[in-house]
Amino acid sequence: MKFRIKAKLADADGMRRTLTRLAHEIIERNKGSKGLVIVGMQTRGVHIANRLKDLIHSIDGGEVPVGVLDVTLYRDDFRLKFKQPQVQATQINFDLDEKSIILVDDVIYTGRTTRAALDALMDLGRAARIQMAVMVDRGHRELPIRPDFVGKNVPTSIGEEVRVRVKEVDDEDAIYLVEMEDLNGEEQPDDA
Amino acid sequence: MEPIRLPKKYCLKGARLIDPVQGLDKAGDLVIENGVITEIGSDLSAPVCWDMQGAIICPGFFDLHVHLREPGFEDAETIRTGQEAAAAGGFTGMACMPNTEPTLDQAGVVRWVIQQADGFPVAVHPVAAVTKGRKGEELTEMVELRETGAVGFSDDGSPTANPEIMRRALEYSLLVKAPIISHAEDLDLSRDGAMHESETSTRLGLPGIPRISEDIATIRDIMLAEYTGGHLHLAHLSTEGALRAFEEAVKRGVRVTAEVTPHHLLLSDKAVEGYDTDTKMKPPLREESDRMALMESLKAKSIQAIATDHAPHTFESKVVPYDEAAFGVVGLETAVGLIWDRCVDQGVMEPADIVSIFSQGPRQVVGLSVPAIKAGAPMELTIFHPEESWQVKTEEFYSKSINSPFKGWELKGRPWGILKDTHWAGRVEPDFK
Amino acid sequence: MTPERVKGQELSSRHLLGLEGMPGEEISHILDTADALKEILDRPIKKVPTLRGVTVVNLFFEPSTRTRLSFELAEKRLSADLMNFSKTGSSVSKGETLLDTAQNIEAMRIDVVVVRHQCPGVPGFLADRLNSVIINAGDGAHEHPTQALLDMLTLRQKFGDIKGLKVAIVGDIAHSRVALSNIYGLKALGAEVMLCGPPTLMPRGAESLPIKVCHDIDEAISWADALNVLRLQLERQKSGFLPSLREYHMTFGITMKRLEKAAEMPLIMHPGPMNRGVEIESAVADSGHSVVLDQVTNGVAVRMAVLVLLSAPEVKLT
Repeated sequence: MKFRIKAKLADADGMRRTLTRLAHEIIERNKGSKGLVIVGMQTRGVHIANRLKDLIHSIDGGEVPVGVLDVTLYRDDFRLKFKQPQVQATQINFDLDEKSIILVDDVIYTGRTTRAALDALMDLGRAARIQMAVMVDRGHRELPIRPDFVGKNVPTSIGEEVRVRVKEVDDEDAIYLVEMEDLNGEEQPDDA
Repeated sequence: MEPIRLPKKYCLKGARLIDPVQGLDKAGDLVIENGVITEIGSDLSAPVCWDMQGAIICPGFFDLHVHLREPGFEDAETIRTGQEAAAAGGFTGMACMPNTEPTLDQAGVVRWVIQQADGFPVAVHPVAAVTKGRKGEELTEMVELRETGAVGFSDDGSPTANPEIMRRALEYSLLVKAPIISHAEDLDLSRDGAMHESETSTRLGLPGIPRISEDIATIRDIMLAEYTGGHLHLAHLSTEGALRAFEEAVKRGVRVTAEVTPHHLLLSDKAVEGYDTDTKMKPPLREESDRMALMESLKAKSIQAIATDHAPHTFESKVVPYDEAAFGVVGLETAVGLIWDRCVDQGVMEPADIVSIFSQGPRQVVGLSVPAIKAGAPMELTIFHPEESWQVKTEEFYSKSINSPFKGWELKGRPWGILKDTHWAGRVEPDFK
Repeated sequence: MTPERVKGQELSSRHLLGLEGMPGEEISHILDTADALKEILDRPIKKVPTLRGVTVVNLFFEPSTRTRLSFELAEKRLSADLMNFSKTGSSVSKGETLLDTAQNIEAMRIDVVVVRHQCPGVPGFLADRLNSVIINAGDGAHEHPTQALLDMLTLRQKFGDIKGLKVAIVGDIAHSRVALSNIYGLKALGAEVMLCGPPTLMPRGAESLPIKVCHDIDEAISWADALNVLRLQLERQKSGFLPSLREYHMTFGITMKRLEKAAEMPLIMHPGPMNRGVEIESAVADSGHSVVLDQVTNGVAVRMAVLVLLSAPEVKLT
């Protein structure tokens, strides 16, 4: 599907500042990093999670484990949307029981991906609490779900999307507001 | 299909008349009166005429190897539906195999088949069993069977493993003056095979029937024929090895004749890919090299006959896994079109050779007189249109069964039907004006 | 661990009838998916909701314990609804034809049919006649694609890459569906394949396949990085393919003594169930070189992967 860039919402510096603020908020809300674990959602959420972990370490010296979650198997649109799913790895090499999980994704939109992630985390252990951190909240929720830590609130129209780019995958750090040119096509599965 | 009674006197106008025995191959008219050819020439006339511009008229074709399934397996074919299929395919006569239920091993059953066939223009000549119950143990009463009308003897499908029985049968063939028709297969080597044993059977995971199963049985029977002097006819010869053994035997002067089928001439084991059970028969479709060797033998005219091994099977016995499907394919309604399209158009055979291999060759094997296009000859003719393009559609078959590996093939050249004595039978309606 | 996928990489057939002709990328895609799914098997709650509402029938016309249990477990782990059908006690033994069975499945609106049949080509027969997705769980001596996939997953885990790997398949090749699927899969992934067994158990035309053939087990052991030891059906001896099981063990049996002669011990695989003391010695089967149990675990992951990839309904792309 083709899209057109409407605005650059943040550059590398902007993203770093936002992430630093999120790290501070997470530490403050949880009274330090003890007992925290971070779970990043495939694909870009994982990279944001790793950066948060490094930032938290630089702020209070704590070592927060990072896990990787793929929610493909929990999606409510499996068998509706995809011809064949692309299942990626889930890798959480630590116990989730009684932990405070910070679930990290790049963008929150309808909330359906988050719902899938919550179900997956429930299957993986009994956490003390789950909080959610996102780079961008673009609105249009379809479920009663609200992130705890938000980098940027970006009101969007349905024809628009927010693209968070990370240099590990996309060769640059930036956030764009883009306009989709083919609204009749298949919606992208990444719930951006 | 109902046979249509022809006018008392009529003229067939403008067809190409081919009779290799008479050295005839030219366009012309035929006048027929009371079922006998009375005049051959040009610009002939009669009270009614049928314009056959573009068609070929030739001596009636004969299929040396068919299974009519009656008595016993009437859900697959009856004598009548087999005759209709034959007429539609351009055959005026055929030899039917004895593997019915009861088997054709007694004069009474043979007589019943002949009587059953009476009343339709296609002549049916039974081949009787060599051994009682086709069990390969005791010879049938061959003299009585021959006198009743059997034209040959065969345990087709269940060849005897006992060479002593085969020896005595060949010796008896001298007495009854009819060939022993050999389905040459060593059943121990074939085992539970479902297709030709080759790289293809390995890839498909199907149990194989090795070529040596046919080669060895063929060579055994040729040696017995050579030793006894009896007349051996090799049915549905399919391997290069069997072909070489046959050709060498003929050179040595052994009384041996052979037939090939259209499917062995035109298909190889690769056709089994996809597990279409209509590619399953015995002998199985062999390799491309075998197919080419058979084609060469047609060119060299070393083979006496093309026979269909028309083997009807019900839908139920074919719509099953390949391993479990019945062996055999129908052929009466496709043989002539296939051979014309693939052999004449591609230069393997001349039109006269085709007429020869379908009319004179097979009848000579079983000692029947060959119909002719000449004044005074009883009428027994095949009408065939060499330019008619058609597609093999099993729903158009007159046969009760549709197990053809050629379904969907596009062909050029198609029989219209047959003229026999006072009747017409065929796919198209006669058009007398 | 898992690389970023190329968008749109997917299986080109909606059925899994065999590995013949399947490109290496598609095989790798299944193995990658299996790798991603393996983690579920180690969770406290070993279940994901992915195939909720998907109905799978396990159609086993031939007895099989391992393959059927493995498929069943994979289906349960993915929350599919499953039904088991086996030949004994079913209407097949009352003379129902395969066609009738197929039509009944169609009428029951089954999404996925996992089929094991003694006749080659049956999965294709069903694929031609049903709307359901067909997964071949072994058809006669033809193919057993999920077995080969789990063998390859095991090899990939142990060796990292299959390209250039030397794999010898040992034993009754002629009657083996495992051998054929492995040959196709391993060749597609760039491995070298050798077949080793008595000439009576070599398939016709084996020489024309892109593989080596040898009749000396010691040669195979010293050549191979991994041996895939096939089960010797005990009835082969009765049907005259072998003089005796004792002699087979002496000539082709995998023993510690034989393995120790090799400069480097090959990895030992076996599709199971094993005839200990015939094609493989217990000491070998239970040794550290044997990955037989890893194969069993990988079997579930591979079958989950196949089910996940093929259960998505066909979307008409405009």
